[in-house]
Amino acid sequence: MIMVANVGEFRAGVRDTLPLMLGVFPFGLAYGIFAQSVGLTPAETIFMSLTVFAGAAQFISLPMFAAGAGLVMISLTALLINLRHLLMGASLVPYMEKLSLPWKAFLCFGMVDETYAVTISRAQAIGYSRDYHFGCNATGYVTWAVSTVLGVVLGSHISDPLAWGLDFAMPATFLALLIPRLTDRTSLTVCLVAAVVSVAAALLIPGKWYIIVACLTAVAAGAWLEGDEADAV
Amino acid sequence: MRFEVALTILCMAAATYFTRFASPLLLGRTGVPRWMARLLKHVPTAMLAALIAPALLAPQGYLQIGPGNHYLLAGAVAAFMAWRRQHPAVTMGSGMAVMLILRMGGFGV
Repeated sequence: MIMVANVGEFRAGVRDTLPLMLGVFPFGLAYGIFAQSVGLTPAETIFMSLTVFAGAAQFISLPMFAAGAGLVMISLTALLINLRHLLMGASLVPYMEKLSLPWKAFLCFGMVDETYAVTISRAQAIGYSRDYHFGCNATGYVTWAVSTVLGVVLGSHISDPLAWGLDFAMPATFLALLIPRLTDRTSLTVCLVAAVVSVAAALLIPGKWYIIVACLTAVAAGAWLEGDEADAV
Repeated sequence: MRFEVALTILCMAAATYFTRFASPLLLGRTGVPRWMARLLKHVPTAMLAALIAPALLAPQGYLQIGPGNHYLLAGAVAAFMAWRRQHPAVTMGSGMAVMLILRMGGFGV
């Protein structure tokens, strides 16, 4: 049974995730608006936000729907874009070990960049809490659903919010999550390696592969650096 | 809702859910080996940096380092606020305010 045992932890999860939703909201709005403009019905648009719940994959599917791409093509693209979830999920495993399978399955559904980053930062700093994790996920999910519906309703009445610079909301959100993590030499190195490799890879490799390439390189650099330090002691 | 579109959306959902649940499902039984745990610890930092850097340094798909790049300027302000331990809402709000001012002022591109 999925029930919140510790309401305080759940609330803490909501409280810590809520400010970051400022960055998610414009994307939900924009998705709702774009989906209408490529000819998805309101029901289809909202259905996708409720079942897929992954901004990048949803956005990229829109021009594909418009161009009449098939089911296999669109689903495969979603799979490729979301491959980074494999790494994110793996890094959560040590914390979720004691949860029952239904809880694991349930909490994994709500894993998006923002809810993941808030949850794991708390787990690494203070400790993991299932209900805190749930609070983060619920906040992300409700925000995505509400902003999608608003985008659908407002539709053609407002101009694309991303055109007036609100697409900056995404990197701004991630900066608010990243900077507090940079507390020692290893984390700074991981960050720098990821930054350099991701920019180079984004310019050289098509698609979203740059995220995975940069992530793997930086993670290896971090482990190698720590291994060196451990040997030195 | 058209049947074909609904089916495609459900397949997208299944593909996405697979990426989210595959690792916990497979590693949940065996546990994470120590060498892998050492790597995985750095995933959040690496992933966030990999999402941010291209969005700020190459917002239009090519490298733009200079005052003409609004994303870089607004990102620098947001990063500074976060470094000064401001609340996430302040970090994001100040960055977005800079972005809007640069846009509406018509500075640069």
